[in-house]
Amino acid sequence: MRDHRLTVYTPESPLRQPTKFVRDMIADLLASRELAWRLFLRDLNAQYRTSVLGYFWVFLPPLVASLPFVYLNSTGVVRMGDTPIPYAAYAMVGTIIWQTFVDALNSPLRTVNAARSMLTRINFPREAILLSGLMQVGFTFLVRLVLLIAVFGAFALEPAATAPLFFVGMLSVVGTGFMIGLILTPVGILYSDVSHSLPIASTFLMLLTPVLYPVPASGFGAIVSALNPLTPLIATTRDWLTTGTAAHLDGFILMSAVTVTFLVFGWVAYRLALPHLIARLGN
Amino acid sequence: MVRVEGVSKKFCRDLKRSLWYGLQDTAADLIGGRSSNGLRPHEFWALDGVSLELARGECLGLIGRNGAGKTTLLKMLNGLIKPDKGRIELTGRVGALISLGAGFNPVLTGRENIYVNGSVLGLTKKEIEGKLDEIVEFAEIDDFIDTAVQSYSTGMQVRLGFAVATAMQPDVLLLDEVLAVGDVAFRAKCYERLARIRDRAAFILVSHDTDQIARVCSKVLVLDLGRERHLGDVGEGIRIYHELSRPRQDTSSYEQSAEGTTASIDWCDDTVADGGLFTFSISLELPELVTVADVRVVFWGDDGLPALDAYTRTQGWSLRLQEGTSVVRFAVGPLSLKRGRYAVSIALLNRANNLHLYWGDRIRAVEVDGPMTGAVPYTPPLTCLSITAENSRLEHKHRLDS
Repeated sequence: MRDHRLTVYTPESPLRQPTKFVRDMIADLLASRELAWRLFLRDLNAQYRTSVLGYFWVFLPPLVASLPFVYLNSTGVVRMGDTPIPYAAYAMVGTIIWQTFVDALNSPLRTVNAARSMLTRINFPREAILLSGLMQVGFTFLVRLVLLIAVFGAFALEPAATAPLFFVGMLSVVGTGFMIGLILTPVGILYSDVSHSLPIASTFLMLLTPVLYPVPASGFGAIVSALNPLTPLIATTRDWLTTGTAAHLDGFILMSAVTVTFLVFGWVAYRLALPHLIARLGN
Repeated sequence: MVRVEGVSKKFCRDLKRSLWYGLQDTAADLIGGRSSNGLRPHEFWALDGVSLELARGECLGLIGRNGAGKTTLLKMLNGLIKPDKGRIELTGRVGALISLGAGFNPVLTGRENIYVNGSVLGLTKKEIEGKLDEIVEFAEIDDFIDTAVQSYSTGMQVRLGFAVATAMQPDVLLLDEVLAVGDVAFRAKCYERLARIRDRAAFILVSHDTDQIARVCSKVLVLDLGRERHLGDVGEGIRIYHELSRPRQDTSSYEQSAEGTTASIDWCDDTVADGGLFTFSISLELPELVTVADVRVVFWGDDGLPALDAYTRTQGWSLRLQEGTSVVRFAVGPLSLKRGRYAVSIALLNRANNLHLYWGDRIRAVEVDGPMTGAVPYTPPLTCLSITAENSRLEHKHRLDS
């Protein structure tokens, strides 16, 4: 097979030819699926081939994040408020949603940084790296789902009737995290400040977001929660799994719409930025 | 297949600024505008107005000193980075081996990496499966195909990378000095394969090995500090490249005399005909008698390697130099050298303590006429034509021994 497609490189912004730009975006996205899958399998294999504990590392973060609070709550030192299901299960649901958000947030910068040597040497659909990162996020979430099912089983809990919507919620949670991460990526590739601040920021944000506690009904916490755009995402997704009554649905829909818009923007910026970034990275 | 028109690329010397400019350029693209065409502070043109055209079946050799912009040009041709000026057009599938082992994951096996690398280069799973045997066979890694790539030698990684890249049957193939790593047998095999797919594709080959370039390429582009110095004839291009690579006479020449000794080259030929003699004279002022003195003359070629080396010690004679002033004339030849310009080093040594009485490293340049090819380092006779000082004289080896 021989294609005689003409490739042209000029200094002009590709946005000067919007139709071609969009066509290229879609073509590259489609072309990158197989490569993304390969890269995903490669990373998965490589990751666990040099590890003794293997998939245990997937379970660990939500356990470590939630257990101290379960302990504090049980001793009565810190009261987390009334939860519709036993607190341990509630905290576990929250941390798994949150960890998935954080995974998605870190994913673009992490995968692009890991692929530096490839990016500076080979031309391939750049979307493949992002997609393989998303696949990893999804895979990690699925593994953690096992943990969630085990916790629900241990407390003999029934998921709410709206539980299938939980996955829709997760899609939006992942999308939002990924969107923020993607927009930060061009800056993050050049300046390590971004990758330094992401873990600190996400730990801090977790405490400001109703992850380990229900949405506060009154007081200062209520104002913070109301202003925090992540509140409706996390709360609605959790409610769909646990109670079936989504109290923050409006905010959820608004956030999802914002996410989709900025996701497209982040993607465009990523495509435009890469040639400039690669030129600055050297070999 | 390949058309490059007035392509330029600027780089920045200062890292902090470079990163900042990177963000500026991205922002400029994002709002659809253009960043300035000129240079910002600390910037320079890494590539400046390069144009070339290449048809199917042609092979372009890209040569130039380090930092001449060869890899930058290849990266732009491969679409990794954008030109700042000009236009690049390519037809068909582009294959590039800009660096080896890119995309190889050290933990995965060779087989797994073939799949990954193949799909990175745009092959489907089916295509890779169909070519797997050929790739493994060409790369000569059949025993190691299920071994992690991190235990491969560099040469094995090169072979695997080259095998995968050429298996994709590119219309345009860009090769950046990767073959230099392979052993002689594999390199020969690579050139054979390149020759085989040559009429189907256009190649661009970066190499410092001018013999390789001369053998494979149909034309040559010589880059010097980002500018085109020559485009076209291979022989002429290689000559210019050697000229560029030659250490500059004025900067590298070096002259020194022993303490208490005054010595200098009085006179020397600056052109020598084919088969002629190169003559020179040294004037000396010695503080004491040197019973056994040797003279050595070396001609350095374009490539920085010695073309001839004449040494009285190996030729079985020496000089006895009286204290005080003297002028000694020598002749080297007959010369049979490749036509060209040679740098001349002349040394006068005291055999008793092996110290230089006089040492002039690349102090003169000589234009030698001769055939276009053929250059094997050799030792022409070195003879003393005359000594002016009263008591200095030639000492032949048999006389020294007696």
